[in-house]
Amino acid sequence: MNKPLQSKSTTGSYLIDPPGLKSWLFTLDHKRIGLMFLVLVSMALALGAFFALLIRTELTLPGPTIVSEPSTYNRLFTLHGAVMIFLFVIPVIPATFGNFALPMMLGARDVAFPRLNLASLYFYVIGLVFFLLVLIFGGIDTGWTFYPPYSTSTVTPVILAVVGAFILGFSSIFTGINFLVTIHTMRPTGMGWFRMPLFLWGLYGTAVIQVLATPVLAITLLLLAAERLLGIGIFDPKMGGDPILFQHFFWFYSHPAVYIMILPAMGVISEVVSVFSRKHIFGYKFIAYSSLAIALLGFLVWGHHMFTSGQSQLVGMIFSALTFTVAIPSAIKVFNWLATMYKGSIGLAPPMCFALNFIFLFGIGGLTGLFLGSLATDIHVHDTSFVVAHFHYTMAGGVLMAFLAGLYYWWPKMTGRMYNLVWGQVSAWMILIGFNLTYFPQFIIGSRGMPRRYYDYTRLLEVNPEFTFYQIISTVGGFTLVGGLVLVAFILLRSLFVGAKAPDNPWGSGTLEWQCNSPAPHENTPAPDDVGDCYDYNDLEFDEQTKGYVMKQ
Amino acid sequence: MISFAGLPLAQSGGFWLPDSATNSPAMDPVFYLILGICSFFFLLVVGLMVFFVVHYRRRPGVVPQKTASHNMLLELTWTFIPLVIVGAIFYQGFTAYIRMQTPPPNCYDLRVSARQWAWQFIYPNGHIDENLHVPVGEPIRLTMTSEDVIHGLWIPALRVKMDIVPGRYTSTWFRADKVGTYNLLCTEYCGDEHSDMLATVEVHTREDYDAWLKDAGNYLKTLPPAEAGKVLYQRRGCFQCHSVDGTAGTGPSFKGIYGETHDMADGTTAVVDDNYIRQSILEPQAKVRSGFQPVMATYQGLVSDDDITALIEYIKTLK
Ligand code: HEC
Ligand SMILES: [Cu+2]
Ligand SMILES: [Cu+2]
Repeated sequence: MNKPLQSKSTTGSYLIDPPGLKSWLFTLDHKRIGLMFLVLVSMALALGAFFALLIRTELTLPGPTIVSEPSTYNRLFTLHGAVMIFLFVIPVIPATFGNFALPMMLGARDVAFPRLNLASLYFYVIGLVFFLLVLIFGGIDTGWTFYPPYSTSTVTPVILAVVGAFILGFSSIFTGINFLVTIHTMRPTGMGWFRMPLFLWGLYGTAVIQVLATPVLAITLLLLAAERLLGIGIFDPKMGGDPILFQHFFWFYSHPAVYIMILPAMGVISEVVSVFSRKHIFGYKFIAYSSLAIALLGFLVWGHHMFTSGQSQLVGMIFSALTFTVAIPSAIKVFNWLATMYKGSIGLAPPMCFALNFIFLFGIGGLTGLFLGSLATDIHVHDTSFVVAHFHYTMAGGVLMAFLAGLYYWWPKMTGRMYNLVWGQVSAWMILIGFNLTYFPQFIIGSRGMPRRYYDYTRLLEVNPEFTFYQIISTVGGFTLVGGLVLVAFILLRSLFVGAKAPDNPWGSGTLEWQCNSPAPHENTPAPDDVGDCYDYNDLEFDEQTKGYVMKQ
Repeated sequence: MISFAGLPLAQSGGFWLPDSATNSPAMDPVFYLILGICSFFFLLVVGLMVFFVVHYRRRPGVVPQKTASHNMLLELTWTFIPLVIVGAIFYQGFTAYIRMQTPPPNCYDLRVSARQWAWQFIYPNGHIDENLHVPVGEPIRLTMTSEDVIHGLWIPALRVKMDIVPGRYTSTWFRADKVGTYNLLCTEYCGDEHSDMLATVEVHTREDYDAWLKDAGNYLKTLPPAEAGKVLYQRRGCFQCHSVDGTAGTGPSFKGIYGETHDMADGTTAVVDDNYIRQSILEPQAKVRSGFQPVMATYQGLVSDDDITALIEYIKTLK
């Protein structure tokens, strides 16, 4: 357990100190930046979910349902994908909880480069504006993957979207640089690498990928823009270019990007599972190293998106083999979480409920990845709704669940309010059920013959009459899932007005950010000289009076 | 609206995979192997999770029990067991893939040309058809290329999928063992009519196939030009963009256009006569009709003079 702090900070809550709108817009405080990111990514999530519901409604019944033109449908799935990927799942956890908690977990005053941090916020906003411009100009219809030659021949405003993604890339790189430098140089003297909270290992792995892979995306997007504007022909077979080259470039970033998304999520789960089981995290080093292993191996597997692109069998074999190795670190983490729960005292507050949802859904997502890593089976299910189901189980079932777990977890520290725990549990159930209803049927129809990005499946019904049935279930699930998200928003926003005042340490966590007041004070408190073991909960006991955990006397 | 046929109980084939048109699909055993392994590990993980949550739920007065915070042997076990298992899956998937990708000698060769949004299957005698006809029990190799964007050929019943890329040839092969009709779909997103880019695979006996091919290749000689034009209108995929009932699609309808004067996008006008139609087919961008996007690709080299004559005759009949 951490030694108690010498003195608590005397400054006021970061929410009101210093006051005024201007102090927010120009703030260098990582906590405020994290909070503003939270508002922004939540808006992006709402926008993406709105598109998702339109897509789901359209697919419920064969033939045109609410979208009368395929071109509209194609814009919807493109916008859904682009908004969710670039504006939500990539930035979500590092930009919100990473920004908010990382310096406090280190007992540092702020991140290493606070101005860069603010720039990353504004780059995000500019990227967001570009995406909104895309919307105003009618949307794009390339799919979020921008494959040429389609993306170079469509009449939709691809350049706007590409510039938006390019700028968002810089937002991501800035966050990555900041976290790398902060973790390297600003750990307190008593905190060696293996004393860091595991959330920081997750952020560290992510930061490595953000800094190394994002520039490749940036260059790829620039090339695409040049191709459209100047017709340089690098991806155009008519001019001797190669469209497959784009796919290599694109996935060289976008595969590691899935680990940008999932590593911080796994970090959140490591914290939550340990805290709510009142047990020391099991196998700290294996979890920490597995984050690094994922970050490094993740760079070597991009070709698994291209097994049917005509790449040679040898290349296919190598990528398939490497892909399977990435499965191992994830498996290690899951087993270590289970071992952490073993013989614990498991409390089912909302953060833990969502961590359990994560294990359930990410479990399915990870395991179904085996079908896609294996060459023979990938040939059959590639580009079908099986793949759609798989990556929603990992991205939404993984990242979104971890985001909600983290949101419920850090909410008291961020806002100073407690929310209704029972309703929080209800939202977890609703989301779990809605999620499985939405996506599980998509595995079945995918392997039975339903391609992805498909406006109308009427003509498939002769061979696959069962599709309508599964599509209806999926839509019902989709609305349940989004209903669950609305409930979460309602519960949390309501707490701002009627929630009880949050204790300093409501869950009994051992990491440093819980040792200050709730909401966190403006000035972070420095770490004690001897930072103990943050996963040792023996010295904490529940205090009925404050409804929070305090040091044993 | 949802008939009983729509219920999953009525679905053909297995629960996960559609009926196979081959006797020994290489992919299916691997799929079921992985499914078994996945189910086992899912039940293990979620089973343990639920058991722990129930058994070790927080109760007043009950403190967590002290257990080791790491155990090298245990952790190495759950590193190596999954490693061995994924190694086995990799091997199975790889060997099946090699079997799926290695065509036997003496394949029957067909060529495929994909374009937005139509399939063209080119037979050894030069006949081009919008559907894929093959003889049963013989290995078929498809050599494919695209005229515009990337498409993907998927025949679920044969577990075959391969992207079709402009500027290069990709190929795949299969052997259909059961006479029948199967779906052939485009799986690489290719624009507006992606979900309409559907063809069928007709598996015939060898005699039926030969008879079909002889007939199919001969329609220009055996049919009157206007009817041959109608066949071409189908087989060359004009129907994907041009209707014959007056409704505008991606392109203008053919109904009643012959002899009309049309406005062009550049402000000029043109009379739809034989030469105009010929030019529209061979150089579609030369005169673009106003109100439409210039998305029609040229048919230069894909249609003969006789074909064009037949198409013109057909368009003339559409009053
Ligand atoms: C990808 C969709 C597409 C396909 C397939 C297609 N066309 Fe077109 N076609 C168009 C569009 C769009 C226009 C209008 C713009 C232009 O004139 O280029 C057009 C214009 C035409 C015109 C001029 C019509 C007018 O009213 O002025 C003719 C004639 C024509 N096409 C014939 C054909 C024939 C014959 C085929 C099949 C061999 C065919 N097209 C296939 C999209 C298509
Ligand atoms: Cu990948
Ligand atoms: Cu397509």
